[in-house]
Amino acid sequence: MKNFIHIKGLSKHFGDFVAVDKVNLEIGKGELFSILGGSGCGKSTLLRMLAGLEVPTSGSIEIDGTDITRMAPYDRPVNMMFQSYAIFPHMNVARNVGYGLRKDGVGKAEIEKRVDQILELVQLSEYKTRKPDQLSGGQRQRVALARALIKRPKVLLLDEPLAALDKKLRERTQFELMNIQYELGITFIVVTHDQEEAMTLSTRIAVMDKGRFQQVGTPKEVYEFPTNRFVANFIGTINTFEGVVTVVEEDKIQAYCDEAGETLTALGRQLVEVGQTIGVAVRPEKIFVSKERPDNQEDVCIQGVVDDLGYLGNRSLYRIKLGNGRIVQVSSQNRRRSVTRFLEWGDKVWISWTARSAVVLLD
Amino acid sequence: MASSLDKNTELWRQVAVAAPYLWLLIFFLAPFAIILKISLADPILAQPPYTPSFDSDGSPTFTLGNYAFLLSDKLYAVTYLRSVLMALVTTTLCLLLGFPMAYGIARSSPSTRSLLLLLIVLPFWISFLLRVYAWMGLMSNYGTINNFLIWTGLIDQPLTIMYTDFATAVGLTYSYLPFMILPLYASLERMDIDLVEAAQDLGASRARAFWDITWPLAKPGTIAGCLLVFIPAMGEYVTPYLLGGPDSLFIGRVLFDEFFNNRDWPLASAVAVVLLLILIVPIIFLQRAQARDQETVA
Repeated sequence: MKNFIHIKGLSKHFGDFVAVDKVNLEIGKGELFSILGGSGCGKSTLLRMLAGLEVPTSGSIEIDGTDITRMAPYDRPVNMMFQSYAIFPHMNVARNVGYGLRKDGVGKAEIEKRVDQILELVQLSEYKTRKPDQLSGGQRQRVALARALIKRPKVLLLDEPLAALDKKLRERTQFELMNIQYELGITFIVVTHDQEEAMTLSTRIAVMDKGRFQQVGTPKEVYEFPTNRFVANFIGTINTFEGVVTVVEEDKIQAYCDEAGETLTALGRQLVEVGQTIGVAVRPEKIFVSKERPDNQEDVCIQGVVDDLGYLGNRSLYRIKLGNGRIVQVSSQNRRRSVTRFLEWGDKVWISWTARSAVVLLD
Repeated sequence: MASSLDKNTELWRQVAVAAPYLWLLIFFLAPFAIILKISLADPILAQPPYTPSFDSDGSPTFTLGNYAFLLSDKLYAVTYLRSVLMALVTTTLCLLLGFPMAYGIARSSPSTRSLLLLLIVLPFWISFLLRVYAWMGLMSNYGTINNFLIWTGLIDQPLTIMYTDFATAVGLTYSYLPFMILPLYASLERMDIDLVEAAQDLGASRARAFWDITWPLAKPGTIAGCLLVFIPAMGEYVTPYLLGGPDSLFIGRVLFDEFFNNRDWPLASAVAVVLLLILIVPIIFLQRAQARDQETVA
């Protein structure tokens, strides 16, 4: 199941520049897999190698047991939705969508039937005869999707599928995309720089940087259990305190963190030794902020002053300055409806979290 | 205040719109009307060398005699045909050479692109006449090409290249190639390379993707380039004269001879009018094709 797509030691060099560096990956059938990373991290090159638009320097790609590493793009059981959508400007919607079938020599009646089907799926039935320049951004996106889906590829590659849409439309389209994927059971590989998009869409995410996968896991895994500093910082916000390990127990680590001015405890079995420098990291929403010192003794509990605050509607962001000047970011849900602020600038507060919330970062 | 300002801008807007029409009226339509008028007169030995449009009693003296003469003498028909063929050959050669060049330039990196474009335009910095003379130096019996071929031992007698239609075609193609490349480049450069990749991704081979995507999208550039080459090549005088030899008959040459050697202005004018009519045909045809193209796709 996991072995539907098998990428082994895949590299791509452009002269001296290593765009993709010995990437290994297995993707299961029907997965909605995201490759997440900043610009220039190699994610698009990886996708283009899957599409056959770029020839790998080394390594191999197998899909459903067939080695496609050297296969021409037009022979691959793979289709791609381009970031620019790449809709043929001189063909109307139906001709754009039916293009792939025409190239396969499918009969006219069959093409018409399948174009109608797929246009219905993406809710563009009334736009069949429209020219691309008469379509909105969202409609163009759906034409591109329909055109890439119509050949029923084993794998659909999507390059920043939602980047060109505005926020509201993007959110709606995300769920449409998931529904379509679920309905057709086609394996999707999405390349994106938008972590929120990757989190909502994907069954699994690969976080990529400098041509390598930094972590591959479910959205929960990469968010709650980042394996290194890059992933922890790239996805969401995190407060990292550098420290030195003082105690190692079976499922608990203690480290003295100068930045926090405290010994911090983190749960989890990590391969660390006493004396090793590590980062103890905690996400803003895992931190509880209160005016009184909480009485729960298990919590990490530090005093600070509200340095800055921001009201976002559903939640508020606080920047808490500790005694040593270090800023800690805290996010808290605004559960209660109120016009007065719970905290003001300069308020003395306590921030606290449970040891379970802290992540140990080694590198 | 505001309304007077509006009036002012409105006035300028009308001036701006009228300017090109005025230009065409003064420098194209008016001269053409004069040529048309002369073509309907008879030649006389006088200054100007044609009969006035109206008799002394005021009745018009228009005659279609010149046109009748053009039709009756086979020489003119043959010359027109030869000119059309030569212009077609030139246009085809320019397209065959220019398309891959324009494509290559459009797909090269931005820095090399400007260098290559500069190289395309660079010949214009040297007088047209000098460049044609340079071709004479290359193609004459003891010119560079023949000398080289004899030196390599491939031939022992010089090939006759100069003063043939071949030499004319070479010279014309060389002269007009930039006029083909530049509009083609403009339309190819605008084209998103993703479109070709998308076509390949959807099952088109490289060649197929070219015919399905690149070619139709480059069509406006192709049409513009073909017109820019065909029209001046049709009426060319200097290149056929210098490279094709004094005996080579092309319409530009006939026009020149009628005007300046025979001083038969009315007949020369008739030749020019017919030439214009011949040129209008492909323009209308291509424009229709383009308009129809846009409709059928929609």
